[in-house]
Amino acid sequence: MKAMTRLAAAAATMLLLAGCATPALRGSGDLGVVIERAAGSVQVVSNSSNTMLARIGGLGDLSHASLVYSRDARYVYVFGRDGGISKVDILAGKLVARVLQAGNSIGGAISSDGRIVAAQNYSPGGVKLFDADTLALLADIPALDDNGQPSKVVGLADLPSNRFAFSLFEAGEIWVLDAATPRAPQVTKYRNVGRNPYDGLASSDGRYYIAGLYGDDGLALLDNWQPQAGVRRILPGYGQGRDKQPVYKMPHLRGWSIAGDYAFLPAIGLHEVLVADNRSWQEAARVPVYGQPVFVMAEPSGRRVWVNFAFPHNDTVQVIDVPTMQVIRTLKPGRAILHMEFTARGDAVWLSSRDDDKLVVIDTATFQTRRELPAANPSGIFFSWRAGRMGM
Amino acid sequence: MKLPACCRTLTAKCLLLGCCAALFISEAVYADNGIVAPAPQRVAELRHLLREDCGACHGLTLNGGLGSPLTAAALAGKPGDSLVATLLDGRPGSAMPPWRPFMSEAEAQWLIRQLQQGVTP
Repeated sequence: MKAMTRLAAAAATMLLLAGCATPALRGSGDLGVVIERAAGSVQVVSNSSNTMLARIGGLGDLSHASLVYSRDARYVYVFGRDGGISKVDILAGKLVARVLQAGNSIGGAISSDGRIVAAQNYSPGGVKLFDADTLALLADIPALDDNGQPSKVVGLADLPSNRFAFSLFEAGEIWVLDAATPRAPQVTKYRNVGRNPYDGLASSDGRYYIAGLYGDDGLALLDNWQPQAGVRRILPGYGQGRDKQPVYKMPHLRGWSIAGDYAFLPAIGLHEVLVADNRSWQEAARVPVYGQPVFVMAEPSGRRVWVNFAFPHNDTVQVIDVPTMQVIRTLKPGRAILHMEFTARGDAVWLSSRDDDKLVVIDTATFQTRRELPAANPSGIFFSWRAGRMGM
Repeated sequence: MKLPACCRTLTAKCLLLGCCAALFISEAVYADNGIVAPAPQRVAELRHLLREDCGACHGLTLNGGLGSPLTAAALAGKPGDSLVATLLDGRPGSAMPPWRPFMSEAEAQWLIRQLQQGVTP
């Protein structure tokens, strides 16, 4: 009997060892990466089990960080404020490559073929292209206007056919970079698009590129199906005759703003979400909200839109019902809600609460909190469905 | 020329003392200007504001972002009064908003002094 037990124990040990040698296979489709901004680390999380799987540190200054996925959704490229790009293997939970490529950087994009990673930089202002495998530099495109003045680059987004669009904050220009030949990319410049573009987005079909303008009422729109028509102003004069409120945090734009027939866009200096028809680009509605919108994100179904706010209203999240264009919920999930991210099919939304050091997982059907998870000063949350989406 | 270890330590101590003395003198100078540190709880709140909310544009390390750098070197030579005015009332034509709703004038003066001294939030 004793011998039997010993044998069984030995067999169990063997199995365990075998398990260590070849870890169980798993997919990455339900994984996500959360930025822990103060610690310079990221968490790998599962949105099936609502748990943290790994924490990876040593990624530099992540005080303003974003990331993109490799197209196999195994790696993320994390763009840090210090100009670092860190390539992280989310399945193995480790940092595999890192380069310091600028003095001050805010984000990046990945090409449609997945081979080129582009970084957008504040200083020196410009875009740099890197090999997605090795992070070797392929091209450097300084953002200099006709007078040789540098601009900060904002709103970098990928477009079909290995192109990228971005905006120049100081110069007020939109540039489209064709990286079909990655070491010798071609630039098309659209000048005088409006004052101080602060961010930009590409629609998920890659057709439209929109830059939000800080210094003008309205947004700048480029139709990539008719690039020869140039950039035009949409929602012009939306703030005319209104008292502008101070903006304590710049809004962020991405492809999640466009849902169904509408684009949902943050007003600047008004506590409103602007709604435009996404073919005619005429104003369709305005939804009064609680504060200066920062992220205006449609659920994957397009049925509802979630909004968070700038300081001092950043303890609040509101939900807009699309058919009625009304706010139907006001939630107070935690202090300093910096970001929101839906699961791929939108059954849940994850929120980061910077000042409460937690992530909040909310069921989108019931608005009930499913779970709260500890995270150190969390900001961006990025789920792996982004790997297969343009403009993300 | 290489100094013996004991002298090097002594030199370091003198330097340290010198720095402390300089800091002490400058503290006394602002006391004369009427700049006094807020209560500890409020200091913590203002530091949090500086780090997180100023940091949203100027960078968490204050090395700049969409907003300009707020390091001591970047602010050197800029008159304190105009920095305080910018902080309280914003800068028209730029993205800098007015922070007057969230702090008193005395607190703004103290915060600017902190930045000029190179305090990292």
